[in-house]
Amino acid sequence: MPHTDATTVALARDGDAEAFRSLVDRHSRAVYRLAHRMTGNTQDAEDVVQDTFLKAYRQLGRFESRANFSTWLHRIAVNCSIDLIRSRRHQEAGHDAADLEALDGAHGSDERVDPSPERLMLSSEVQERVGRAMETLTHMERAAFVLRHFEGQSIEEISRALGLKANAAKHSIFRAVRKMRLALEPFVES
Amino acid sequence: MTTTMHLEDDDLVLHYYGEMAEADEARAETHLAGCSACQQNYTRLQRVMAFVDSAPAVEAPQGFEAVAWARLQMELPARRGNWLSWFVFSPARLAFAAGVVVLIGAAFMAGRLSRATAPGGAAAVQTAEKVRERILLVDLGEHLDRSQRVLVELTSADDSAGSVDISTEQVRAEQLVAANRLYRQTAASTGDVAMASILDDLERVLVDVAASPSTVSQEDLDAVRRRIASKELLFKVRVISSQVRERQKAAIPQRTTHTLGS
Repeated sequence: MPHTDATTVALARDGDAEAFRSLVDRHSRAVYRLAHRMTGNTQDAEDVVQDTFLKAYRQLGRFESRANFSTWLHRIAVNCSIDLIRSRRHQEAGHDAADLEALDGAHGSDERVDPSPERLMLSSEVQERVGRAMETLTHMERAAFVLRHFEGQSIEEISRALGLKANAAKHSIFRAVRKMRLALEPFVES
Repeated sequence: MTTTMHLEDDDLVLHYYGEMAEADEARAETHLAGCSACQQNYTRLQRVMAFVDSAPAVEAPQGFEAVAWARLQMELPARRGNWLSWFVFSPARLAFAAGVVVLIGAAFMAGRLSRATAPGGAAAVQTAEKVRERILLVDLGEHLDRSQRVLVELTSADDSAGSVDISTEQVRAEQLVAANRLYRQTAASTGDVAMASILDDLERVLVDVAASPSTVSQEDLDAVRRRIASKELLFKVRVISSQVRERQKAAIPQRTTHTLGS
């Protein structure tokens, strides 16, 4: 009979490598999904998965057996993603206006390439459209948007997590939504 | 915001996420109920958000769990002695690895900064940086040489028997993965995109090899070889290895003759 997460964590805490491996097997995909959403690229997502499990391993002793392991791990993964994004913060200057202009320019060609609403209904197409729209966001905008939209965190929580003033966090979300609307409205409306 | 003025796009975002102050929220509701232009704008926002929600998250590639574990194994500290061998997980090794990150960062940066003219008063600092740079360039050069050897052995392994024992290359790949990750991350964080990209390609092959069974079929080995070939990995690693050696030579201080009173 397979072990529950709580039992497996207890075994891993006692030094059972195979138990920890089974936690990696069970949860690494979910962590990857979250990390990719937060960071927007494969390499960073893989690094976040690695950092998440390393951190989880080091903190296994602090995990309370009554808690839900996947929720606990999810929180660690969010923090690892934020750490990585914050480390990139200096690399991105404010290029909001330029982004929006570039996005405007890119629109027409996208529409010409694939105007078919039937094709857009395919989930891979939707994934690609949304993925491309999210690529236009800066690291900070992306993180703020993902935390607000997918993770359901409040602006207050996001500002704390990202080390921004509440107003800056709010405006990161505004800019992100503006870019997403600009990129996606033509396809949604068609 | 008032009930008579239209709602701004940003107000609609706050309304959508339930982030408006209570009084503003009530006014927004009232306004939306009576203003078709704002209603339409809000509907467009809702449709975009629904579209975003309908996009499936990007999935990890097939076999990701095994690769994730192979990467992790290299860095997990030992617990009660029943994990992998001491030299892979020892605290000393981890401390060394942490030191390497700092030092490589310094070396990468030194490589960039040394092109600029340094202020005259920083001679001692410069000397220390140069020493660090030299040490790190030696380590990086050695890492690249060892990686090259693994790639060459994989490329030239005799597969005429149908299956190949790659256990030796596997152990070497395991040992190289953690260091490679540190070098790659440091190259990326210091803006050396080309180096980071090659080290990323190298790491993927090393992780694949580390996660493989010790005996692989001819087809599996061919897949690894194709991967090495398609990225021109061996050639690229040779190129950066020789660049690192050049930098090593350039980092060796010129001998100067000191004379009394000079």
